[in-house]
Order: sequence, then structure tokens, then C-alpha cells
Amino acid sequence: MTAKPLVTDLTVWIGGAAGDGIASAGESFAKACSRSGYHVFAYNSYQSVIRGGHVCMHIRIGQQKVHTQGDPCNYLVALNQDTFQRYAKRVTAGGAILYNTDKFKADAAQVPQGVQLIGLPVMELVGNQLMQNTALMGALMQVLGLDAAAIRELLEERFNKKGDAVIKVNLDAFDKGAAFVQEKHQEGGIRIGKGDGKRRPLAGGNPMLGFGMVAAGLRFYSAYPMTPASSLLHWLVKYAAKAGIMVKQCEDEIAAVNMAIGAGHVGARAATGTAGGGFALMTEAVGEAAMTETPVVIVEVQRGGPSTGLPTKTEQGDLFQLLGASQGEFPRVILAPRTVAECYDVGVEAMNLADKFQVPVLVTSDLYLAERLETFDGVNITNVPIDRGEMVTSADGNLPAAPNSLGNGGAAQAGGYRRFLDTPSGVSPRALPGTPGTIYTAATDEHDQDGIVISDVFTNPAERVRMMEKRMRKTDGILKVLPKPVLDGPQDADLTLVGYGSTYQVMLEAMEALTQEGLKVNVLGIRNIWPFQAAEVAALLKKCKLTMSVEGNYLGQIVKIIRMETGIEIQHHLRKYDGEPFEPKQVIDQARTILKTKPKQSVLATVQSDEGLPPNFSPIENPAIGAEAARQH
Amino acid sequence: MAQVKDYIGKVKPDWCPGCGDFAVLNALQRAIADLDIAPHNVQVVSGIGCSSNLPGFINAYGFHGLHGRSLPVASGAKFGNHDLTVIATGGDGDGYGIGVGHFVHTCRRNIDMTYIVMDNQIYGLTTGQASPTTEKDIPTKSTPEGTIEMALSPIALALTCGATYVARGFSGDNLHLAQLMKGAIEHKGFALVDVFSPCVTYNKHNTYPWFRERVYKLEDEKHDTSDFRLAMEKAFEWGARIPLGLFYKSERPTYEDQEPALRSGKALCKLPLKRDDLAALMEDFI
Repeated sequence: MTAKPLVTDLTVWIGGAAGDGIASAGESFAKACSRSGYHVFAYNSYQSVIRGGHVCMHIRIGQQKVHTQGDPCNYLVALNQDTFQRYAKRVTAGGAILYNTDKFKADAAQVPQGVQLIGLPVMELVGNQLMQNTALMGALMQVLGLDAAAIRELLEERFNKKGDAVIKVNLDAFDKGAAFVQEKHQEGGIRIGKGDGKRRPLAGGNPMLGFGMVAAGLRFYSAYPMTPASSLLHWLVKYAAKAGIMVKQCEDEIAAVNMAIGAGHVGARAATGTAGGGFALMTEAVGEAAMTETPVVIVEVQRGGPSTGLPTKTEQGDLFQLLGASQGEFPRVILAPRTVAECYDVGVEAMNLADKFQVPVLVTSDLYLAERLETFDGVNITNVPIDRGEMVTSADGNLPAAPNSLGNGGAAQAGGYRRFLDTPSGVSPRALPGTPGTIYTAATDEHDQDGIVISDVFTNPAERVRMMEKRMRKTDGILKVLPKPVLDGPQDADLTLVGYGSTYQVMLEAMEALTQEGLKVNVLGIRNIWPFQAAEVAALLKKCKLTMSVEGNYLGQIVKIIRMETGIEIQHHLRKYDGEPFEPKQVIDQARTILKTKPKQSVLATVQSDEGLPPNFSPIENPAIGAEAARQH
Repeated sequence: MAQVKDYIGKVKPDWCPGCGDFAVLNALQRAIADLDIAPHNVQVVSGIGCSSNLPGFINAYGFHGLHGRSLPVASGAKFGNHDLTVIATGGDGDGYGIGVGHFVHTCRRNIDMTYIVMDNQIYGLTTGQASPTTEKDIPTKSTPEGTIEMALSPIALALTCGATYVARGFSGDNLHLAQLMKGAIEHKGFALVDVFSPCVTYNKHNTYPWFRERVYKLEDEKHDTSDFRLAMEKAFEWGARIPLGLFYKSERPTYEDQEPALRSGKALCKLPLKRDDLAALMEDFI
């Protein structure tokens, strides 16, 4: 056989019904690749809930960093007919479709030219339908021509507890799948070059955010289950007992956030996590944390809204909710990590900012970032910065020994303690309950520097203004320590793509693709949403020629925040609110169009994903496809 | 030995003259003093309402937070530092109205803390609307023709939900109330002390004389506090005779006793922030 040219990245889609074991098969494959020195990006798409239970994992492997799940489908593993119906026509020439001939009859007429159809007679081969996925994995590795050592190792690890017999059955099934392809089929026409041999970590945004918080000393996490935040709860609880972290499932999100605030008040580093709907319930407590100056981290993993919306779909529609949550004005931090590795960094940073500035820190990602699997080169686990800010640990409080000029009378005396001392930074040194001599009450009603409520007095404008300004002043300090935004790519680009959070990487991919076409594009990926770094962002945007926003929402929320804070209008816009993440091609095509046509008027384009079903598809006439509604809330 | 004066806060209570809450504050100060718990080791948590202003009036660490959320904050505080004596305080609207969901689940968890509810059967701070414990047919500002809903029984609810120390006191009997509170704080588990704490301004029905005519002490009738069924029966006794005292007490492991992360015995807030197991955790991603 003649050697074909190698590609630098390729995609495998594994689709089937919920319960077919897509996630574990897909994760095994992804992990085998990451252990073999490939960069991996996997996105598990739960297709239409109404038509029921369809799951498709898109796995892309590359010799260099892959930023997204990619566009084409090179290889398809179809565990049911639905998958075949939807995606067979999309498989690219040189690729292959693998399926179990016991499950359905694949219509060869639907298979594009140049695509191999590989039907495994699973029962005949291995005598056990439970081995379907393992046999198909063997076949897949064979057709891809990938080294099977890593996946064999994973099978051994996975079935280790079940004993040698189970390991052997699985390895046999794997080998038989591989042998079947070797005997009856050709190797795939799309082959990837060798990986670099480095075993990279492979993780999702939620676990890495949890890991970051743990690394920074998280001791208490409370939550009410809600997709897509639940995997953060699950990851944390897996390590909680041995890591000395208390994880508490609560009766609702109101309890969850208030428990975290209670734990934060006594000095345990505390966080809670939820999706948009749960965050709506937590809203009142965001202001509670700010007013009582209690450190707390609140994670909001966005999904499609409004209301219960699209429980298993992604969207970036909650920025305004985060920004506006809770009545009144107070300092808050909103961070939106952009990559899986950055979820870790932001987890660490959020814990520190909450303590140092005694404010609620809101961390927001979305389903696409939280539930994807992505390789990265590592994160800082050896020298994790820990900053609690100023603490008072003895009865010798925070008031100067010399007569002070606070001028508020009351309990002020040298060596005394004022919990809410008016300082130039706005941050008051904090004593934890249990410390002798520094007793105070933290109140959500307006209070003076000693914590004594002034809500019951007739009126006290001076004290109110003092405390309001003291709290708000923290924003200046926060702005000083936030990492500065940067432009990725050439500084003199002809087009700048602007977005926040999870769309960062699809913008990077578009930039790289367009660079290959000889076009000059760069990317402004906003990570720090609030306080908004207006001066820095404005300075960057002023250098830009053409600008186009890329946002997973309808209104263009980050665009509006940029305009509100800098007065700068992003010129063109690409938006998506169909529940699926941007596909690289959608961004590349629109960016190219803008670059080539340089429209005088602002262009607002929206894109959608193709769900893959044939036109006039009826779930009623296709009960095998329409069955099994897998709802997840 | 600590004295009541050691627990007097910086602020003088601004409750209406004659408010039942004065007695509750005094009884609580007396109970903590009798138990000789240092003020800095006490964390009092409240929500919103007249009675929820209590943390400011007592010399102890306080958290005076949102309406109805005292129990989750108090639970978090106890989980974060179980070396503290945690006491949640508030009113019937705060605890049995807006916060009743938390009440149900906090009872269930049997966290080692005390919940004192100043139950005046009315919303006082908002000037006299019906509360969950307002008796049926009583006219209030929001129910001029009388309440339509039946009153909730805090004692029965606490029993049903698994509270392990369930008591009722009366602001008209301060020493008895202090004894109940002392028992509640000493009790290892979730303790409710529901207190008839009359609102002299907005509740003209459940007044001091009204209670005095009706209340009697369970201990005077040799009530068996280990008998759950009897406690439930007594919980619904209302009308000519209304019981005060300890309805029920039982021992079962607290939440903290069973929480895996607390097995070391060390409070979460006292554990180091720097970790040495990160490389091992990282291995799971490879």
C-alpha cells in the first residue's frame, strides 16, 4: 500500500443513545490519545432533548494544540442508527464509519464517496454485546493506525478492580475488533503524524476550576445540583474526604450560598457553584457577602436560557445577570476563564481575591468550557500563591496606638478593633470569630466602622457616605491586581476578534486559519469582566483597525459592557444562541467576509449548527430514533 | 465564673418597651454565662425582623444577615469552625415563613447548634401582618377579616423533621427560659427553643395575660421527654392549656460527627491553606 500524506489533526465522532457508554468510550479514546503525545479537544454534545437521548462526542486530536472540536467529521463511530442517519453524509473522503452490524443495517447509499463502511459483527466476533464499545475501539485504533498501548493500559486500569478475567475479556474484544479491520479493511485514508510522546493532562473546565480552588485552600463547598455545574460538585466530592474539604449538598441554592457565606465568615475558604437559574436564587446573598465584607466565591456555569431554557446546551447569556445581581451598589469581581487550564488559574485567583478584598467573587464559565475535555501543558501546582489579605489575630486590634483621627468616637481606642475600619484601600483588617478581644457583628444593614447598624437611627448621611465609599474604594485595588488584557496575535492586524470566556479558543483557531490564508487577524479575549479594565481595553481597541465580536448570545452582552465602559463600539458582530458552540468555520468565514468586503455599515450576523437530521424527519415514524428521552436538569 | 454583664453588647436594644424579646436576650445572656462560655467563642446569627436585631445587643460575634437565611449561615459557620458555640436567633416570620425550608432541613441534619425563635405570632417590623403562627381567624393588618390559613406548629414541625431538642419557653418566665436555653446549648445536636415573646404593639390577641392564663410546665406534670409520640401530642395542645418546657430530647450523632472532612477533629478554618497533595491530585488528569 502506498503511504498517504499525514495530517496534523483529525476528528472522530462517537455517537449513540444516552446509556450507550459514549462518554466512557470517548473519554478512553481521548485519554489514550493524550497519553500518546497528542493534543486533544473533546466536546460531548447532547443533541436534541425532545427527540431523545442522542449523544455525540466530537474528539479532535492534533500534533499541535487544538483549540476546538473542529469542523469536519473524519471518522464516525455510530452506535445506533440515529447517529448514522445524522452524520454519515458528513464523513470526509478518506475517513471511515464504524458500526455494529447487530444493531442496525447501514444504508451504503448514504455513505459518501471515498469513505469506508466498516461493520463489525460484534456477536460473531466476541460473543457478547456488552463488548461492543471495546471491540469498536479496537477497530478504530486499527483504522487510525494509532498505537494501542495507551488504550490497552487504560482498559487495564479501568477494569483493575474487577479482576484479571474481566481485563482479559476486554483486551480480547479490543484485539478482535482490531484484527477484523486488519483482515477485511484498509487502513484509514486520513492518518495523523506521530505525537510528541508527552503525557499531557486532560480535563474539563469544571474539574480544573475545582482543582484551582482546592489548590488555593478551599475548605467548604456547598451546592444544589444543577446542570452544567454538577460536575464541579462531583469532582470536588470525589476528593473531599481525603483532602479535608467539606462538600455539602443543600436544600436549595439560597441555602448553598448562605452556608458558604457562613463558612467564609468564620474563616474557612468557601465557595458555591450553580448554573444561571440557581444563581438567580443566590442573587440576594451576593449583596449580603459584599455588605458584610465576607469572602465567598460563587461559580456560575452558564447554560441556555432564559428560565430553565436549554439545560444541556451552552450559551453566554448571563453576563448582565452577574453584573446586576443583587440590589444596591457594591464592589464585586467577575472572572470568566477562557480555557481549561485558565479555569485552574482563575480558581486560585478567585479564592485569593475574595479573601484579600473581602468581596464576593463570581466566576463564570459555560457548558462548553465546563464539560469539554482539553489537554494542556500543565498548571502551577508547585508554588500556588495564597493571599488572605490583612488579618488581625490577637486582641491587639487594628487601631493605631497614637490617638487616632477617625473622629467617629464610639468604641475607638488605641489597640481597639474596628471590623469595618475606614482605610485608604477600603479593606479593613479582618479578625475571625473565636479571636478574643475583637468581637463584632457583621450586618447586612448599613453599619458604622464598628459594625453597629445605623439603619435604625433617624438618619446619618455622613456615616452612610463614609461606609459606601470605603466599600466602593476596593474596586481600585482590585483593578490594580487583575492581570492585564492582551491582544493575541499580530499587534497590527487588519481585523480584531473580540469575545469573552469560552469563545476565546474558537477565535484563536479562526486567527490561525486566516493567518494561513495570508490574512492578518488578532484576538482580544476578555477574561476579567468586572471591575472592567476600561483603560487597558480601550488602549488595545484604539489600536485596532476592524473589529468583530464573537459571542454566544443574542444581545451582544460583552460588546455592550465594552461600550458602556470605554465608549468604544465594536464594529461587526457574529452571534450564536442555538445552544451549540461556535464551529470554527462559522467564525473563519464571517471574519474573512468582513476582511474582504470591509463593509461601511455595521454587520450583525448570526449562525446556527446543523443538527444533522434529514429534511422532513419525523420522530414518530422513526421510533428507534425518537425513543428514550434523556432529560437532565 | 462569667456573669450576665459580660455578655451585654455595645448597643442598647431598641425594642418597644414591654417587648418579649428583652427577656429572651436576658435569658440567653444568663444561659451562656451559666455555661461559662467566653464571649469570643460564641457566634450568634440572625436574619431580619425585630428579634433578629439581637446579635447587636449581645457581646458575642454576630452575623445579622438576610431575611430567613440565619440557619444556613449559622450552619456554614458551625461547619467552618465547629469549635464555636453557634446560636441562631430570629422571629416566627423569619424562621417559619420565609426561612421554613431551611428550618426543615436544618432539623434533619442535627447540626450541633441552638435555634431560638422569638415567636410573637405577628410580623412586627413590617407593622403587623399575619405570620405563619398567627392563629386562624385572627384579624391582622394583612387579614382584616381574620387569617384563613391555619397556624403552623413549630414544635410539631421540628419533631417531624428530626430536631433532637425541642422546647418552648415564655418571655413571662425568664428563669425557666434561661434553663431551657442552657439545656439547648449544652445539648449535642440541633436544639429549638420556640419562645412565646409577645409583641405588645401589633399583637393584641396573644398578650402576656393571655399566655399566663393558659401556660403550664411539662416538667410539673412529669412529662417523659424521651417519648416522641407524647411530644407530638403535646405539640398540638392549644387553647385552654398550652404546654411550656422541654417536649422532646434524644441523642443521635450530629452532622459534624459524621462528616468525613471533619474526621480529623480540626476545624476547617484552622486547616492549612497550602496543600502538599496537589501533584497526586494532578495525576488523575493524566
